[in-house]
Amino acid sequence: MKIDPIHQFNIEPLFTIGHIGNQTIAFTNSSLYMFIAVALTAVLMLGSGRQLVPGRFQSMAEITYEFVASTIRSTAGSEGMKFFPLIFSLFMFICVSNLVGIIPYTFTISSHIIVTVALALLVFFTVLIYGIYKNGLKFFKIFVPSGVPIYVLPLVMFIEILSFFLRPVSHSVRLFANMLAGHIALKVFAGFVAMLGVSLGALGWFGGMLPLALTVALTALELLVAFLQAYVFAILTCIYLNDAIHPGH
Amino acid sequence: MEPAAAKLIGAGIACIGMGGAGVGVGIIFGNYLAAAVRNPSAAQGQFGNLIFGFAVTEALGIFSLLIALLLLFVPL
Repeated sequence: MKIDPIHQFNIEPLFTIGHIGNQTIAFTNSSLYMFIAVALTAVLMLGSGRQLVPGRFQSMAEITYEFVASTIRSTAGSEGMKFFPLIFSLFMFICVSNLVGIIPYTFTISSHIIVTVALALLVFFTVLIYGIYKNGLKFFKIFVPSGVPIYVLPLVMFIEILSFFLRPVSHSVRLFANMLAGHIALKVFAGFVAMLGVSLGALGWFGGMLPLALTVALTALELLVAFLQAYVFAILTCIYLNDAIHPGH
Repeated sequence: MEPAAAKLIGAGIACIGMGGAGVGVGIIFGNYLAAAVRNPSAAQGQFGNLIFGFAVTEALGIFSLLIALLLLFVPL
């Protein structure tokens, strides 16, 4: 029996919308789950009501709002709150799609690097354009840390510039690789159960309880990782935006 | 050596780099815990810094995992 842990990441077209040149524009399972993530977020935020004394559902919506808002205030200051819609959308989209992806037989959007690169480049260009728009040429002070001796300054500047342009790479690859590696590990451990049962019979099904218990534990860990990676993505966005709002270390 | 075998060995070697990231993440969380036990009232304020340090350190380990994944699944 062969395990195929990569099969779950296949993108399959559900129906075709049209053609541009030789390219087919199709509505895929990836697009379907993006719509699901947006719909779930919309149901949570719009359907939760506006009571003075919140119920359970409304409390959940208010907690997510307050959580993201306090993250922005503590990392980017109160000026960062004008970017609240961007950061909240990013956080909710990534968090909901990660959580939906843990359900067996679903598709995880953020396990595809093209999706995470698109989100990371959005953040990168927002920081670059807003930083230059707000501070003009002073924005480039982020490459020149103050208090560095003049003879090591060229080296430090080189490292700062390099790390600035590596930001979208690490920002996107972190989310994508965490999701990909987690889901592959889950699939491999789940495959051990079937492999033991098929090859050893009754004894194998009994022994398969061990990898099954491990799969349950790994799913719990993935639940933590799914939330943590969304939070990490949001907090790094805040920190990068803080550079654009307050340049100069 | 077969090119396919060399790719598999290379993927295995690339994963050694993740050990360094593991040490780094352990140091970060260990030091946070030690500091939080000494001064629990200041711990909540440093949670953001903790996650930021964790994310930056983990990225380096993820890069080596990425090299391994590229070697295994991207046809060259």
